[in-house]
Amino acid sequence: MAGKLEQLKNNLEAALGSRIVSLTQALGEITVVVSAVDYVAAAQALHDDPRLAFAQLMDLCGVDYSAYGDGVWKGARFAATSQLLSLEHNWRVRLRVFAEDDGFPVVDTLTGIWPGANWYEREAFDLFGIMFSGHPDLRRILTDYGFVGHPFRKDFPLSGQVEMRYDPQQKRVIYQPVSIEPREITPRIIREEQYGDLGHG
Amino acid sequence: MADIRNYTMNFGPQHPAAHGVLRLVLELDGEVVVRADPHIGMLHRATEKLAENKTYVQSLPYMDRLDYFSVMANEHAYCMAIERLLGIEVPERAQYIRVMFDEITRILSHLLFLGAHGLDIGAMTMFLYTFREREDLFDVYEAVSGARVHAAYYRPGGVYRDLPDVMPQYAATKIHGAKAVARLNDSRSGSLLDFIEDFTDRFPANVDEYEALLTDNRIWKQRTVGIGVITPERAIELGFTGVMLRGSGVEWDLRKKQPYEVYDRMDFDIPVGVNGDTYDRYLVRVEELRQSNRIIRQCIEWLRANPGPVIVDNHKVAPPARADMKGGMEELIHHFKLFTEGFCVPAGEAYAAVEHPKGEFGIYIVSDGANKPYRVKIRGAGFAHLQGLSEMSRGHMIADVVAIIGSLDFVFGEVDR
Repeated sequence: MAGKLEQLKNNLEAALGSRIVSLTQALGEITVVVSAVDYVAAAQALHDDPRLAFAQLMDLCGVDYSAYGDGVWKGARFAATSQLLSLEHNWRVRLRVFAEDDGFPVVDTLTGIWPGANWYEREAFDLFGIMFSGHPDLRRILTDYGFVGHPFRKDFPLSGQVEMRYDPQQKRVIYQPVSIEPREITPRIIREEQYGDLGHG
Repeated sequence: MADIRNYTMNFGPQHPAAHGVLRLVLELDGEVVVRADPHIGMLHRATEKLAENKTYVQSLPYMDRLDYFSVMANEHAYCMAIERLLGIEVPERAQYIRVMFDEITRILSHLLFLGAHGLDIGAMTMFLYTFREREDLFDVYEAVSGARVHAAYYRPGGVYRDLPDVMPQYAATKIHGAKAVARLNDSRSGSLLDFIEDFTDRFPANVDEYEALLTDNRIWKQRTVGIGVITPERAIELGFTGVMLRGSGVEWDLRKKQPYEVYDRMDFDIPVGVNGDTYDRYLVRVEELRQSNRIIRQCIEWLRANPGPVIVDNHKVAPPARADMKGGMEELIHHFKLFTEGFCVPAGEAYAAVEHPKGEFGIYIVSDGANKPYRVKIRGAGFAHLQGLSEMSRGHMIADVVAIIGSLDFVFGEVDR
């Protein structure tokens, strides 16, 4: 298995060459980060190159890194991460691209390479507000008709912005600002490296 | 000449054949579908966002509520992703238990598919037949976890507890007298494993019954053969997995190709279809019922012979035994810490996928070292399959759309998340 991962790594380096911004091998998985400019070209190479042959896009998701590690994150805020699978070689790779502009994140679409990316990109647009340029049908997909905002961004409150109720006077369902306070039952905490000494306990 | 325009029609969101809350906007030329635009999200509960605000163990029960017909398979992927990040090894017995329950889950899910698919296209009896067997499997779920559907049985590091030695029994009521109850309790007199074994003895004959009703049935074939054909190339392009891929003749099963837990020690076959139509996918699923039965029997044999721990003894991840906790200070602290703060997962990212009854179910976790995940992404198989609905139903009648929906076998819990 380890030999196979080495082979994949070599093939990736050979096929993508200077397009690779970083290539990390951890926990038996390989993550390739490419820049937004090279994104489609790199994805095309991953798909077409017979040494890689990533015929399937398993998943594509947005990630908002703004609160990562309680504020230690320095890079771009939004990333689109996709999990690719090659049926022929039976290996996987993770492809990540960061959108350059935090205020208006735009990356190119992968629908031209993997048609299955369509809904995944709609989802990332809906939940994170990442624009996929060249996408044939970039509509919201999961949130309500007429929803405002991008709910999976870290600055969007868990309780949401509006709530819905039936108004007996107007005899219809109305939206109003949420009446509940956000509360955190278990605080989020990052422990130092050797806390609890995992693996020797 | 009269001006003929296409109709646009709403199908769902509350339609018995929509399998939950699917809203389809159909563009119709007479009764022929020109375009189908699925509107999803009616069941969106932001599971992934909720998981970011809960500790790892607290969000485990949410996984049950994704694909609520294949509960334990969802938990499995979630636990595997956490275990990979933590770098912990699951005890062998727990691996066998997981494989056994994955297959029980597969039978549960495929039985629901058979029943609901049959009901959708007019084979009413199937529903009654398959729910008879599902009842027994729900009893298995209940015996092992205490819940009939939302089990929350798998935990990071193993499973919640070992298989029970006794099976709960029926008590006599006004409706079921002593004699009827004795007959019901006949298979429940031994341990849970005895009950499951008894089930696996009976089950192949039950599958024969289903097949006798459907496989050569002329009406069934008229409704399914040649309906919703998808070529293997297109299925791969669209990211189809599981039966949707195998029905088109692509031999791809994570249990064989990327074996997790102890699937590499199991002896089973992967059925594949030829034509990629609704009928072939039905045949593949029926054959998978038989293969799952085989795997369960192999697990029972091993589990009988090999007692052992079912969860890691690393108390930073798994709770200590209740008895130890009552007497030992350290165990008490571990227990308290684990159930309040939870465990911190080292920074990193992992994608773990299992061969879910519906296809590839993957969990992608990004951790920044906190006791809560930074980002969880759930890759449900149904999401990708539903995407193909429009082109699969193009040129078919409205009634065939129902057959295709049934054959895609999606569950809105995992499509909408």
